[in-house]
Amino acid sequence: MTRRTMIEAIRDAMDVSMERNDDVVVFGEDVGFFGGVFRCTAGLQKKYGPSRCFDTPISEAGIVGAAIGMAGYGLRPCVEIQFADYVYPAYDQIVSEAARIRYRSNGQFTASMVVRMPTGGGIFGGQTHSQSPEALFTHVAGLKTVVPSNPHDAKGLLIAAIEDDDPVIFLEPKRLYNGPFDGYHDRPVKPWSSSDLGEVPDGHYTVPLGKANVVREGKAVTMLSYGTMVHVSLAAAEAAGVDAEIIDLRTLVPLDLETIKQSVLKTGRCVVVHEATLTSGFGAELAALVQDECFFHLEAPVRRVAGWDTPYPHAQEWDYFPGPDRIARALQEVLEV
Amino acid sequence: MSEETGTGTPPETPLSLHVPEPAVRPGDTPDFSNVTIARAGQVPRPPVDVAPDDIRDMAFSIIRVLNRDAVAVGPWAGLLTAEELRDGLKHMMTLRAFDARMMIAQRQGKTSFYMQNLGEEAIACAFQKALTPGDMNFPTYRQAGLLIAAGYPLVDMMNQIYSNEKDPLKGRQLPIMYSSRDHGFYSISGNLATQFIQAVGWGMASAIKGDSKISAAWIGDGSTAESDFHAGLVFASTYKAPVVLNIVNNQWAISTFQGIARGGSGTFAARGLGFGIPSLRVDGNDYLAVYAVAKWAIERARRNLGPTLIEHVTYRVGGHSTSDDPAAYRPKTESDAWPLGDPVMRLKNHLIELGEWSDERHTQAEAEIRDEIITAQKEAEKHGTLHSGQHPSVRDMFEGVYAEMPPHLRRQRQQAGY
Repeated sequence: MTRRTMIEAIRDAMDVSMERNDDVVVFGEDVGFFGGVFRCTAGLQKKYGPSRCFDTPISEAGIVGAAIGMAGYGLRPCVEIQFADYVYPAYDQIVSEAARIRYRSNGQFTASMVVRMPTGGGIFGGQTHSQSPEALFTHVAGLKTVVPSNPHDAKGLLIAAIEDDDPVIFLEPKRLYNGPFDGYHDRPVKPWSSSDLGEVPDGHYTVPLGKANVVREGKAVTMLSYGTMVHVSLAAAEAAGVDAEIIDLRTLVPLDLETIKQSVLKTGRCVVVHEATLTSGFGAELAALVQDECFFHLEAPVRRVAGWDTPYPHAQEWDYFPGPDRIARALQEVLEV
Repeated sequence: MSEETGTGTPPETPLSLHVPEPAVRPGDTPDFSNVTIARAGQVPRPPVDVAPDDIRDMAFSIIRVLNRDAVAVGPWAGLLTAEELRDGLKHMMTLRAFDARMMIAQRQGKTSFYMQNLGEEAIACAFQKALTPGDMNFPTYRQAGLLIAAGYPLVDMMNQIYSNEKDPLKGRQLPIMYSSRDHGFYSISGNLATQFIQAVGWGMASAIKGDSKISAAWIGDGSTAESDFHAGLVFASTYKAPVVLNIVNNQWAISTFQGIARGGSGTFAARGLGFGIPSLRVDGNDYLAVYAVAKWAIERARRNLGPTLIEHVTYRVGGHSTSDDPAAYRPKTESDAWPLGDPVMRLKNHLIELGEWSDERHTQAEAEIRDEIITAQKEAEKHGTLHSGQHPSVRDMFEGVYAEMPPHLRRQRQQAGY
């Protein structure tokens, strides 16, 4: 066990995977010599050489398209898109190619690969350094979508993603890179070294894809969230004095519906929390599933707390970000019904 | 002052948008006078390790081997035996006859869709013969010759076209979107140009592993306008990937003439020059020339000398697809006027000129090939066509989305009754 930041945990996941399997290659913009703009690949090129970890031209479609070709050969690329906000030029390659190659070739070709990308807001990133595009991936058959919320899970999920035989979209909440964030932006930043969640095992381990984590047990209401919003949900429940059961979904597709069901059948209430914009966000899928699966146990409508349906603003960051106050209000409303 | 210094504002002239137009349209007389064609044998054959800068002019010429008298001439000639040439002729004839049968099958409603290779047979058939087993093509939908020359069974092609119970792709794919890993043929996608950069990645993987296999990228003239074409060239150039970058310039992208995609660049091959990639143009209707240029480019890749771009100059004789009527946008007789002629006839005449073939043998070969295709078609139709007979199971629809079926898909499969 070593206390690590999320950055260090992610770097360690790639290190462990590259050490264990020569077919794992890591590349992206500024990923090689420099070690990544967030330091997630620091030292990998020095350790494994430039044919295993290298810089690419600034071409997201090129990065993902080349990775698909490599996966077709038999490698296991783990590539980086510098910000999730910049994945769109690669969207055709992800949706039309990586997601469908196994299906359309009847398994002759596959795309065992990971596309890592920093996601989420809360850092004054403005419109193009704050987005949460997970719903654009969860809608695509053939993709798996993962969002870790702490260093332990980040490492275990990333190793699992690299070893997975399907293409995995791996969204890393950059607000959590250096420490947990509960949404109280006016309080001092905490580092991961001050949190038990910073305890990361050395060496190889996995956190299985498709398994949610109940981070707080409770009886009054089920809160479904992932990434940064897991921490904000915890803070909100505490502030509201609500005995919430808080589930960190960890993997959005495939979804751990059993864990969700068990919880909502127990609590009878559900609040979904995500940073992404509301309309057609992943929360809509969660709300529909809960309604479908738990209708006769529900004692209140399923509520969603999400980013507003606007582009991510700069100056209005904390009026946009669904912070503890907004979540707490939703909890109270759901409990008052 | 302005009279003396010349700094006065010139009179304002309204700007106008330039939209390229083909030289002729339906009803006009076909005109290829703008197509400059080098004489056969005229273009030199540089060593494979030539500096890209030294052969920039090759991006503006056309490598040709067969002359008007069907004689193989020049430095790119002499690579194939008579037996190999007869094989090549048979592959092209098979592809053409296959196309003809499948066009009829589509019109009979046995399948929903087909795309012919008419007039472009030499390119894929000859290129495949220059590859080594283990190399990987990333084809478009108009390189079926790669499969035929690689010995892929005709009946499997038809099973795919019919989406029947023996369809190797389980009815999931539109007809002609073949896939055969064992034949070095990467799964075809409907999304244009995506495979161009993937081919580069495959070649990079081979280089990363210290392998000796190479890849071949394929793209049409129209699709060079897609951004993945640019990405492919950048990556191939940066990493000196062992890949042959093929552009098949058949003059047409559905109804759009090649000038729309090419713009002012002169040739498609010239696109490679800005990336420092050796770029050649070849007579795509000359089996010998395509083979020779392919061999050269493949050797370059195999010797770790990096990528080569090849523009195959040809003409799309058929409609774009069974859903297209070219008479609506180009003269009906334009293909007859195409100055590079017909690839099958040119190789046939060459073999006759060599004394290795005859009209009688050609007629006989045509009959044998027709029989072979009819036999394959009967076999395929025993297993069903799109609208009759046996189909892949509905169960197959849910398989293969992921390596293992996740719970939500298992549930949907059950909802569908399986």
